[in-house]
Amino acid sequence: MDEERDKRILLAHGGGGRLMGSLIATKILPRFANATLGQLADAAAVKVGDTSVLFTTDSFVVKPLFFHGGDIGKLAVCGTVNDLAVAGARPVALSLALIIEEGFEMALLEKILDSAAEAAREAGVEIVAGDTKVVERGAADGIFINTAGIGTRIADLSMKHIEAGDAIIINGAIGDHGMAIMSQRKGIEFDSPIQSDCAALSPLTCAILEGTDGVRFMRDATRGGVAAVLNEIAAGARHDIELVETQLPVNAAVQAAADMLGFDVLDIANEGKVIIVVSQASAAAVLETCRAHALGRQAAVIGRVLEAADDEAIVEMATVIGGRRVVQMPYGRELPRIC
Amino acid sequence: MLNRIMKAQRLMDAACLRLGRPINVMEVCGTHTVSIFRNGIRPTLPEGLKLLSGPGCPVCVTDQGFIDVVLELAEREDCIIATYGDMVRVPGKSGSLETKHEADVRVVLSSEDAMTLAERHPDKTVVFVAVGFETTTPATAVAVGEAAKRDLKNFCVLSGHKLVIPAMRALLSDKNNQIDAFLCPGHVSVIIGSDAYIPIVEEFGRPCVVAGFEPMQVIEGIAEICRQVANDAPEVVSIYEGVVSREGNKTAQALMDTYFEPYDGFWRGLGRIPGGTLRLKEAYEQFDAMRRFGIEEIPAEEPQGCRCGEVLCGLAQPMECGMFETRCTPDTPVGPCMVSSEGACAAWYKYGRRRRRNG
Repeated sequence: MDEERDKRILLAHGGGGRLMGSLIATKILPRFANATLGQLADAAAVKVGDTSVLFTTDSFVVKPLFFHGGDIGKLAVCGTVNDLAVAGARPVALSLALIIEEGFEMALLEKILDSAAEAAREAGVEIVAGDTKVVERGAADGIFINTAGIGTRIADLSMKHIEAGDAIIINGAIGDHGMAIMSQRKGIEFDSPIQSDCAALSPLTCAILEGTDGVRFMRDATRGGVAAVLNEIAAGARHDIELVETQLPVNAAVQAAADMLGFDVLDIANEGKVIIVVSQASAAAVLETCRAHALGRQAAVIGRVLEAADDEAIVEMATVIGGRRVVQMPYGRELPRIC
Repeated sequence: MLNRIMKAQRLMDAACLRLGRPINVMEVCGTHTVSIFRNGIRPTLPEGLKLLSGPGCPVCVTDQGFIDVVLELAEREDCIIATYGDMVRVPGKSGSLETKHEADVRVVLSSEDAMTLAERHPDKTVVFVAVGFETTTPATAVAVGEAAKRDLKNFCVLSGHKLVIPAMRALLSDKNNQIDAFLCPGHVSVIIGSDAYIPIVEEFGRPCVVAGFEPMQVIEGIAEICRQVANDAPEVVSIYEGVVSREGNKTAQALMDTYFEPYDGFWRGLGRIPGGTLRLKEAYEQFDAMRRFGIEEIPAEEPQGCRCGEVLCGLAQPMECGMFETRCTPDTPVGPCMVSSEGACAAWYKYGRRRRRNG
């Protein structure tokens, strides 16, 4: 069995979970061994002359291409902008590369490009380079997009800065993107459909970083959701994290859809949510900045950083009914092609 | 809510104190298992109260021999296997559907999707791997009825559908069982009705309490069980009021009766259960994959060292299995209880690991 798994790529190898982690660690990193890549940060810090530039890339294979609240074009721009934003950068420029399947409707392509252009405008970045490839029918599923981006560093953020007592803030309700996609795929309809939260976070993150002190680290909670990000933070910072379920903002329709489909909202992907780890002293100011911004109206302090009680740092949640449970790293096979 | 929780906890504490021995409650259904873990209910219960996860996860109770039949059919070039997601990852004697690269395996979300596949691929036979309890069986029945109406010749069903009541009876008939009471599943009960549990209470004197999957429902369900056990007054009580009726969903029951008949099929861990598995009636045998391909169900041995069978009967907890967390993880599952998200092992792994380590 184990040998079979090693012979070929499975969907789970791209799921953001442990199999993907081991693929990266054993097959990819050793071949390109360098300190910058080895950090596996959202964006890599590169010196260009005397300037510190942050650089990142991401590919988009979401299905369906159009969903409530966005499409693959908007997602492709926001995804890369967000990787730069949470790394503490002001995004400057993006590239956009298209892989299109023969026969794809021109009108759909234009729609996708229009929303990519609009998203770039809103994020204040320019798309300055690009590439177009067409493959024969069946070689791609409609359209795949890759974007890469660079930004200038405005803050030095690192998991290493995290201390016990720090507060954990999220800028709004969780699970919207994943549930919008899943409910659309599974044909579950609500009176008002669940909207993806797909948005460029840089206006918010820049406002926070320029207007407040004390931010230690940020990460957008995409694949694997809040559970994945908090586990990464716990492991990277070697601190336990305590979440408080009653503080978690979740939209009612998202909760209902998640219950129906058997998902844990903590595991579900977001495309416009950032987890902010901030010193206790600055938590109120950051929360206020969030709530004053369109992208952070429902922001909340959802937990705090604790000293690790054991060798292995964990994330635990105080539940609604007064119980406690571990919040694990999702295994990353539940939602293929969510972004 | 806090008041209700405290009231329930007082009931539980009083019952445990009065009885002076542990109370073992089996939650029959995987959805309850997940709710109990996800809401952190276990640590709030009195020490003497033990929850046992039962045989209520469809993927988990599917016999190893059935999995091997599916894998065998998947090797045929003239077949497309249509199945619910979790089944793809259950290991059989020769890999799993996930690692059979030559096979045409499609994950479907409903029996209707499987039928659509058959219409789109007239040159192949679509085998719908139908597992699940009374909640999914009516949908399979509808599909068979529809296939008969459309005269769909390349569609068939490999039925692993199971019935809850015979399984409960089989568990209690084992003299080693430690079950004091059942927390009965809300959704199955919507179909079969709460009266369906009366024979269990009458025959075995065990409380049967029907509850929904919200944490408050689970807690109040367990409290009601404690009250009954302490007073030695077993009965059927549904606290899922307004959702579960006494007689159940007659339409769904009639659908099952029209197309399916119970027989003594194999269950993982429980062996052959009298009347516990459903197969298509003779009038619909052209849609029965077993008959169409002339396959006989042979019980197969479980993977060496795997204790899923005992876990399903409440005779072992997942961490008592030597492979739990070591050889058997959600990424490298050995047995089905680690595959299905509703399996007891997967739930313990996902939500309960640390708590176990800390005692």
